[in-house]
Amino acid sequence: MNRATIDLWVGFFVAAGLVALLFLAIKVGNLSSTDVGETYALQARFDNIGGLKVRAPVKSAGVVVGRVGEIRFDPENYRALVQLQIDKRYQFPRDTFATINTSGLLGEQYVGFEVGGDLEMLKAGEVIKKTQSAMVLEKLISEFMFNKASEDESGNQSAK
Amino acid sequence: MKPVEMLRGLGHRVNDRLWRLGFASRFLLMTVLYSGTALKRFHLTIREIYFTGVLSLIIILVSGLFVGMVLGLQGYDTLQRYGSSEALGILVALSLVRELGPVVSALLFASRAGSAITAEIGLMKATEQISAMEMMAVNPIARVVAPRFWAGVISMPLLAALFSAMGVFGGYLVGVQLIGVDEGSFWSQMQASVDFRQDIMNGVIKSIVFGAIVSWIAVFEGYDADPTAEGVSRATTRTVVTSSLAILATDFVLTAFMFRGI
Repeated sequence: MNRATIDLWVGFFVAAGLVALLFLAIKVGNLSSTDVGETYALQARFDNIGGLKVRAPVKSAGVVVGRVGEIRFDPENYRALVQLQIDKRYQFPRDTFATINTSGLLGEQYVGFEVGGDLEMLKAGEVIKKTQSAMVLEKLISEFMFNKASEDESGNQSAK
Repeated sequence: MKPVEMLRGLGHRVNDRLWRLGFASRFLLMTVLYSGTALKRFHLTIREIYFTGVLSLIIILVSGLFVGMVLGLQGYDTLQRYGSSEALGILVALSLVRELGPVVSALLFASRAGSAITAEIGLMKATEQISAMEMMAVNPIARVVAPRFWAGVISMPLLAALFSAMGVFGGYLVGVQLIGVDEGSFWSQMQASVDFRQDIMNGVIKSIVFGAIVSWIAVFEGYDADPTAEGVSRATTRTVVTSSLAILATDFVLTAFMFRGI
């Protein structure tokens, strides 16, 4: 086979490979969706972050507005210090309420912003004051069981 | 057999393996050092890309399609028990892009192209073409080995990407067209959880590493083969066995580095 034919086939092969990679990047991966571009950092302290992971989404009204940047343990007040990378396009009031939610019953955990009514906006590096910890399912169940048991006991006593 | 003799045999074999590993490492270094010719006279490399990459296209595309279709069937069967059959797209795409694409296409590449490279170089050695090149002051590593090595390194990621893309298409065919998973959630859930850098680029890095490993083993076994018919056949077998084991072991190491805690 002469050189031109081989070149043609190799060119076809390389082009097909690059098209496949492009297909993976755009149709399979999330390169096309507006990935969080320019960001600014906010901090939030939580009593318990549950199963929150780095790169988990930060959502407000269900829309992704940022990602969890870094999770550290704060040895001064024994709480989890979570750094949030928020998209520069979005500003949030100072009394925004950060909660750790779960998508679905057992799905992945994300940070949710419930927007307050303050006129001043949070600036880069500031700490979100109001936070709510992750809901730990085991704790919830044990609390429920404990309440149920004590209820039964008091119910029996009153019956006597 | 006396224990002493057994111990001696064991020591001899370990010694032999270590010597071969050292020679193979020196050979890889020489290949990289002398690859100037392969890049300057690039048509040599293009010719090898034709023989290793283009001729492996059919087997890669067809296997990718079938692997994706099987993933679609089996994944749906398991996921629908938990009422989450819409997650089929995630399962198919992540398992293909992270693991099956690079690994299975590298295994196919080793048996389709790696064995051919070994046999070719081994026969060149057996028919004394390599010695003839040395006589003419042509460096056989620069002229014969380096183009084949680089062709493997270049072809492998392209083949793996084609394999993954065909697999996703096969999963789509079975999951959406045949079984009837909702098309919108199939693609959108896939896009939401497959990350370009974390998943796709790591898969590409994996396949580049596998391409280098398979080509290295193939050219080395060919160059090191006994110049007889039996020696060439044994070298070909060794290429397939060694590179398959090397791919799987390296895949474990790379996965442990790349996807820990994600």
